[in-house]
This record gives sequence, C-alpha cells and structure tokens, in this order.
Amino acid sequence: MKTAIVLLPGLNRDRDMIAAIRTISGQEPLTVWQTETEIPTGVDLVIVPGGFSFGDYLRCGAIGARMPVMRAVADSARRGVRVLGVCNGFQMLLEAGLLPGALMRNASLNFVCRTVKLEVTNADTAFTRGYRQGQVIDCPVAHHDGNYFADAETLARLEGERRVVFRYADGTNPNGSVKDIAGIINADGNVLGMMPHPENLIEDAHGGADGRPLFESALDLAAA
Amino acid sequence: MITARVTVTLKNGVLDPQGKAIEGALATLGFEGVDGVRQGKVFDIELDHDDRARAEMDLAAMCEKLLANTVIEDYAVEIV
Repeated sequence: MKTAIVLLPGLNRDRDMIAAIRTISGQEPLTVWQTETEIPTGVDLVIVPGGFSFGDYLRCGAIGARMPVMRAVADSARRGVRVLGVCNGFQMLLEAGLLPGALMRNASLNFVCRTVKLEVTNADTAFTRGYRQGQVIDCPVAHHDGNYFADAETLARLEGERRVVFRYADGTNPNGSVKDIAGIINADGNVLGMMPHPENLIEDAHGGADGRPLFESALDLAAA
Repeated sequence: MITARVTVTLKNGVLDPQGKAIEGALATLGFEGVDGVRQGKVFDIELDHDDRARAEMDLAAMCEKLLANTVIEDYAVEIV
C-alpha cells in the first residue's frame, strides 16, 4: 500500500501523520503539495491532515478545499482510492463536497484539546475493520470548529446507511456535534472524515495505541 | 465599475453560539431589550466592468462556490 499525504500552508499535523504512516507501515509516505493537479499513480491511500489551512480564513478548510490538489483528491476518490481526512482534513473534505454536512464553531466557543471516548459505530468499513463493532476507544481531539451539522434529511440518510462511523461516547462530546457525530464515511465507503486525531495515539509513548487499528485497516495490515 | 455587497448569514434553525455570546456581552454592557443576535459576514466586491447582468450571474456563482457554505448559510447580493 502506497500512501500520499496532502500538504497545504497552515497545516500542522502533517508531520504527525507522516510519522504515523512510517511507524505503522514501515514505508515513507509520499507528500503532495497544494498546487499539484494529480495524485501520483499507484497511491492507495490519500490523507488530508489537520491544522489550519490558509489560517482557516473565510471558514475552516474553505480556502484549502479549493486548491488544485483537492480536485486531484476528488478524482482519486472517484476512482476508488481511499481518502482519510482528519480534523482540518475533514473540514476540507466537507468544503470540497466529498462528504455531506458542515463543521461549525464548537458550541462552547472554546478550542478543545483533550482525549475523548469514541464509539466505533460501524466496524465494517475499510478504515475500521480493525476494531470491534461498538468498541469504545480513546482518541485525542484538538479543534475549534468540530461541531458537525447536517440537515435532517442528510442525517437520516447517514444513519440509515450506517455512515456514521465514530460517535463521541460516554458524554465526552467536546463540541456540540449533532448526534455526537465524530466521523462519517461516503456512500462508496472509501472516503472517511473525522475530527479526532488517531495519528496521535499509535504507540505506548503516546499513552495508548487506540488509533493504530484505523491505519492498519486502511493500509490492509489488519488481521481480517 | 460595479460595487457589490454580499451578506452571508446562518440559515434559520442553525445554532449560532457566536451570536449567543454577543447577545450575552450586550446584556453585560447594560443594553436592555435585545431579543436575539445572529452574526454573519459582509463582503464588498469591486468588479472592473459595468455589465449588471453579468455581475449578478458572477456574484451568485461566487456565493455558491466559495463565499457561502450553503449547507449552513444563506447569502444576499446587493449591487450598490
């Protein structure tokens, strides 16, 4: 499995993501700058990492989502390549229209940086098959705009199609997100967006490794 | 030259915690009788031509494609 990590000015979790992929797969991921118009051939997983692309001017992820590389990410997604967006990456996938809904300012208006509980509400996806259905994991969050919103019709569709993949559990919803939604997947099952940072919990030195199965799943390293 | 003002506001029904915080701050300052605050954004856009029909079409497209997130926001265009 070959991984490409998208780079835009203002991101700050790109190095964490590169380190996570290197640690888990033993392979150095490719990086793709914002002005590139194609994802290199042979890439099986594209990751849009977190941070504050273009300072989150206008809306979180709004400017980043309109850079050429995000059109290339959309092309790859249409061809079935797996795409993972974390935090600002999730915000960009929404702004780019690869996933439905929007992420708004946290209901508390505060930036939240802490570890929350996540329930794996669909363990049958390419990204979550390393977890048990209903498993509750630890995962760090660090964001100001993680308050997921979608209209009632979209929410009903997401729930009906089991496309809510992660939910904040045990009363740890840090941002007011509707129905405790922390991560959703597209209809084809190859594009996942989530606010929490699994890349920051992959080895004992992090205080746990609950994020690791997500990458092992996406990289086809998980025991089936 | 056409100058346009685009106003972007949250749709009805979308919670606006920033508006709520502003409302609270107004109360703290002693302003009475405020029944609600919804905040939004204003863009003043200058075009380099005088073609009103083209301007209206372009500005609507700008709103749809970038200035507003129509999942949560409404927009209004006023040519001034």
